[in-house]
Amino acid sequence: MLKSRETILALAILVLLGAIALRFAAFIAPANLAAVFTDTSPLIILALGQMAVIVTKCIDLSVAANLALCGMIAAMLNGAGVPLPLILLAVVALGAALGAVNGLLVWRLGIPSIVVTLGTMTIFRGIIFLLTAGKWINAHQMTEGFKAFPRAQFLGLPVMAWIAVAVIAGFALFIRRSPLGRALFAVGGNPHAAVYAGIDVGRTQFAAFVISGALAGLTGYLWVARYAVAYVDIAGGFELDVVAACVIGGIAIAGGAGSVAGAVMGALFLGIIKNALPVVGISPFWQMAISGTAILVAVAVNSRGQGRQGRIILKQAEHRA
Amino acid sequence: MSNATTPQQAPGRHIPDRLQSPLVRGLKSWEALLAVVAVAIFVANAFASPYFLDPWNLSDASFNFTEKALIAFAMAMLIIAGEIDLSVASIIALCSTVMGVAMVAGAPVWLLVVLGLGTGLACGAFNGLLVARFGLPSIVVTIGTMSLFRGISYIVLGDGAFTGYPADFGWFGQGYVWWVFSVELVLFAVMAVVFGLLLHRTNFGRMVYVIGNNATAARFSGVRVDRVRFILFLLTGVMSGLAAVCLTSRLGSTRPSIATGFELEVVTMVVLGGVSILGGSGSIPGVVIAALVMGLVTFGLGLLNVPGIVMSIIVGALLIGVIALPRLWAMWRK
Repeated sequence: MLKSRETILALAILVLLGAIALRFAAFIAPANLAAVFTDTSPLIILALGQMAVIVTKCIDLSVAANLALCGMIAAMLNGAGVPLPLILLAVVALGAALGAVNGLLVWRLGIPSIVVTLGTMTIFRGIIFLLTAGKWINAHQMTEGFKAFPRAQFLGLPVMAWIAVAVIAGFALFIRRSPLGRALFAVGGNPHAAVYAGIDVGRTQFAAFVISGALAGLTGYLWVARYAVAYVDIAGGFELDVVAACVIGGIAIAGGAGSVAGAVMGALFLGIIKNALPVVGISPFWQMAISGTAILVAVAVNSRGQGRQGRIILKQAEHRA
Repeated sequence: MSNATTPQQAPGRHIPDRLQSPLVRGLKSWEALLAVVAVAIFVANAFASPYFLDPWNLSDASFNFTEKALIAFAMAMLIIAGEIDLSVASIIALCSTVMGVAMVAGAPVWLLVVLGLGTGLACGAFNGLLVARFGLPSIVVTIGTMSLFRGISYIVLGDGAFTGYPADFGWFGQGYVWWVFSVELVLFAVMAVVFGLLLHRTNFGRMVYVIGNNATAARFSGVRVDRVRFILFLLTGVMSGLAAVCLTSRLGSTRPSIATGFELEVVTMVVLGGVSILGGSGSIPGVVIAALVMGLVTFGLGLLNVPGIVMSIIVGALLIGVIALPRLWAMWRK
């Protein structure tokens, strides 16, 4: 129990919070921690979607571009007078459709996911440019209801935080209790065994991309409504933070292993660092290097437990090699 | 790369009774198809814009691809060996930053170049150490170092920039060796030959293919797999350093956002050149032609006033398209 990744990560988060509290005690006040959680909500939601993809041995680098495109569409629909519930439905459906494009290319054509999503990453952002000719949609062009919904307080937390809580709970149930959720792990753990167990590997990977896309679409609305601006480059490079959250959370990049708690804590770890840097007086320009270091440390720590794959037949040859 | 691949095995290859002659094989190869595409784009461009055929314009166009191609040669070998390095653009940023710091401290031009290449080498060694020595997956390691290396540039520079490089330093990115042949273009040609010989004519090159096809078998055949992988990361780092020298010299300034997105274009160039993203096959001539194709497309579209972000859609579509089309074709013929 003590050696599990989740425990180590939880301890790391506590140590981190303790170190921050030494410099700035107000950071760990419950109200501030709630604010940090709210601020980290988009990262948590995307990290869960990414987790579904990564456990199937794939990777989705297009999530941030998907988010930006869906966010822009949400803002445009809002400008056209579409009611909010319909906008929410539309962005989730559009996000799922964009995810399905990735999924189909991986499933039907067998193209490695990293190539597919590196490509669609630029294509999705390019489409935003084609739609808007590079123009921004600013706060005054959005209706009040559109902007207010994620911030609306409900039982002491903003709606955005509740959405994150709902996604965490729903995703945890889905991944533990549904056949598809278990299939994701089976496909990533041992694709050949999964085939013999009657699981369609490609279709399961396709489903993972659709889930990741749908969550990215939802986050697209939240992002645009919260920051009250939509343009081509919103959430630029955010896909790296999402992958980083998963890696820090102990989601094995080789597939087949990982937990919801891990992904959520990985995202929170990055979120705490991001929010703490200004209050402890470190330039925000440090954040990129710190998350890079966190990825490297996490992948090194996580790989210890996995052990070398395959039997060593010739010990000497192995040593020399 | 072995980690993010789909589990389907490549279909068994049909083995013919006798081999085709080298000439026929050459004509049917990916490289030949690509060369035809390159010529077609060249001709189309020549008709589309009256300014295209001017030798100086063509020389300017070469700057679109030379720096990326320098990295692509090393990246091709890395991908053939079944690894990948997504941190190359960030290595450029870090090298450029180190050169900037040295320039402000008053370092002479030769020292700037040495520091640029040395920083690239150190970054490559760091990646190589983590992948080859500690056995970590190269995708995650280089996604991490992608953040780390550029992050260090941001720590040093913040939202500032280094400008005011000495005039002599401009030679690498702006100088000409003879007539319209720029220093970068000559470097590109020399490195194409060096890497072509290294991959296709040396034992080391054969080892790269062996590792990419079956790393376990390679190990049992006495290939020092980890050492070869380490050297490949070193090469990629040094070539990124070289690209950083050229790019910094050409721009005359260093910002932490320098070369953003280069990794995508470099990987696209390599894959377009016929290198299998799963490792094990590909060639340097293919990458050279792919570099020319991408340079010509970008330049031609630029002459037609197509904005940069639309070009990046085309690059993204090319990346997926060149892999998807042959597979669609194979599915359709079945």
